[in-house]
Amino acid sequence: MDLTRLQRVDPVTWRLEPEGAMRVPAVIYGSEDLVRDMDDKVLEQTRNVACLPGIVKAAYALPDAHWGYGFPIGGVAAFDPEEGGVVSAGGVGFDISCGVRTVTTGLDRPSVEPRADELAEALYAAVPVGLGRTGRIELGPAELDAMLQGGARWAVAMGWGDAADLERIEEGGCSPGAEPAAVSRKAKERQRAEMGTLGSGNHYLEVQEVAEILDPATAAAYGLVQGEVVVTIHCGSRGLGHQIGTDYLREMALAAPALGIELPDRELACAPLTSELGRRYLGAMRAAINCALANREIIDHLARGVVRRLFPSARLALLFDVSHNTCKLERHVVDGRERDLFVHRKGATRAFGPGHPSLPEPLRSVGQPVLIGGSMGTGSWVLAGAATSEARSFASAVHGAGRALSRHQATRQYRGERILAELRRKGVVVRSPSLRGIAEEAPAAYKDVDAVVAAAEQAGLARRVAYLRPMVCIKG
Amino acid sequence: MGEPARFEHFVHGADIGVRGIGPTPEEAFAEAARALTAVMVDPDRVAPREAVPIACSAPDRETLLVDWLNALLFETATRHMLFGRFEVRLDGERLEATAWGEPIDPARHEPAVEVKGATMTELAVRPRAEGGWVAQCVVDV
Repeated sequence: MDLTRLQRVDPVTWRLEPEGAMRVPAVIYGSEDLVRDMDDKVLEQTRNVACLPGIVKAAYALPDAHWGYGFPIGGVAAFDPEEGGVVSAGGVGFDISCGVRTVTTGLDRPSVEPRADELAEALYAAVPVGLGRTGRIELGPAELDAMLQGGARWAVAMGWGDAADLERIEEGGCSPGAEPAAVSRKAKERQRAEMGTLGSGNHYLEVQEVAEILDPATAAAYGLVQGEVVVTIHCGSRGLGHQIGTDYLREMALAAPALGIELPDRELACAPLTSELGRRYLGAMRAAINCALANREIIDHLARGVVRRLFPSARLALLFDVSHNTCKLERHVVDGRERDLFVHRKGATRAFGPGHPSLPEPLRSVGQPVLIGGSMGTGSWVLAGAATSEARSFASAVHGAGRALSRHQATRQYRGERILAELRRKGVVVRSPSLRGIAEEAPAAYKDVDAVVAAAEQAGLARRVAYLRPMVCIKG
Repeated sequence: MGEPARFEHFVHGADIGVRGIGPTPEEAFAEAARALTAVMVDPDRVAPREAVPIACSAPDRETLLVDWLNALLFETATRHMLFGRFEVRLDGERLEATAWGEPIDPARHEPAVEVKGATMTELAVRPRAEGGWVAQCVVDV
């Protein structure tokens, strides 16, 4: 990115004042190196978002931002319905409510490591992964609607999860206001046999070691103990979410002229929050959030069954479940006034700071866990929402490393077999149906996740709590 | 017109662009579909055992391309099939096509990645200066 176009506010805050059709400034967080390495398209897309009706305060790009569809991935934007604000299908993306959950096990590395292959095999057998794999749960129309209304609460009620998990999922495991009637027949058909499936691409199920603790007090509140093992799941709303994204992106793009919205890029397709289309999309998107929450609850349930079977002494507890592709109605203070805003987070994690009333008691004093996926070779991070995140980014932080190489470049440079062997030497056991998929997800295809989280901390979005090193990785 | 029909991929950040090139818009659409399959598997490894009819319509040709690719993704997801051969007929705002393929066999096809949707990013259906047509967009994986 051409840094000369930006005003540097502090070492990790870069700003472009409104120009042309921009209604608010564009703000980019990141170290000089990270921002310079971002594609110029990130700035162009952040500027475009700043032009949308009803946007409040600024359009943000976070340290892991990269070129997306309409909105940058790693983007945050809040809209006020009372000022003509919009909701954007492109601003949420295709994998609605894609997210990460981490479960603590109480097991230490030495007891798990000798059985890593057995554990990998058993998890791979229990959790369907990859293209064309269906789940063991098939839902009829009424059950599917109940799932779309109930989210993780539905999964727990069906016996595929633990009631104690719910307070550790955003919105208590169920997004209110879901409208199954706003979800197309096609979207429902795509989901019929996909519950409890992981998908592919950058989605994974990992067994990780808590390798380093940077904030002992917060780690203790989160139940993270150095040397202990956790299970982390990264996946989303599967075919249902993809189809809702497809359906509404098309409908919003075609309706824009009639709604009086001029789009600098078709992919910014949006509709006023108060319009029939905008309300319908919100109902469908919330149903997809519930689908993702139910899906992660089910996958977690399958994984816990395996861990309990192999390690009967395991004490399994959900640390937290975050979603990083959403639009949520939240109350935020802007210029000293509380306002109800629709916050789009596209490849960005909600990061409520200490004291936020929505957090359960054991977490409230330290802030919301922010779970950051890295790559299968480099590890992941647990952060905590910072007190300053509210003022900096509508309480949002990064979501992952972000890609440095395209899939095409990665497959040209790396061979799946070689990556598997190298990872095994580093103590990481990988199971996947596809060697090409592994090459596309090569650790070196990702940006340095450590630099991304360091910049997020420096920018006051979230603070580092613990570093997780992979031991077993199940990849779709 | 000289050049034969072919497909290619192009780079887009975290995702991938699919591009079909052919003497006619119909062939460019068919090649874009092969490019879509090639994101997931090698299209030449997909046997044309079963024919699936596909029809869609859209107010413009670009949207029609997105609809066509998304219709194929829907069939892939719900029939658990992959497609390797395509015949496309375009009539103004309407597309009618046949896609030939077979059920997904993970061991034989080794699918790399599932495509979530065709997007409107870098979306274009246009004649090429050197002759023929191009049909392209970015797909989300």
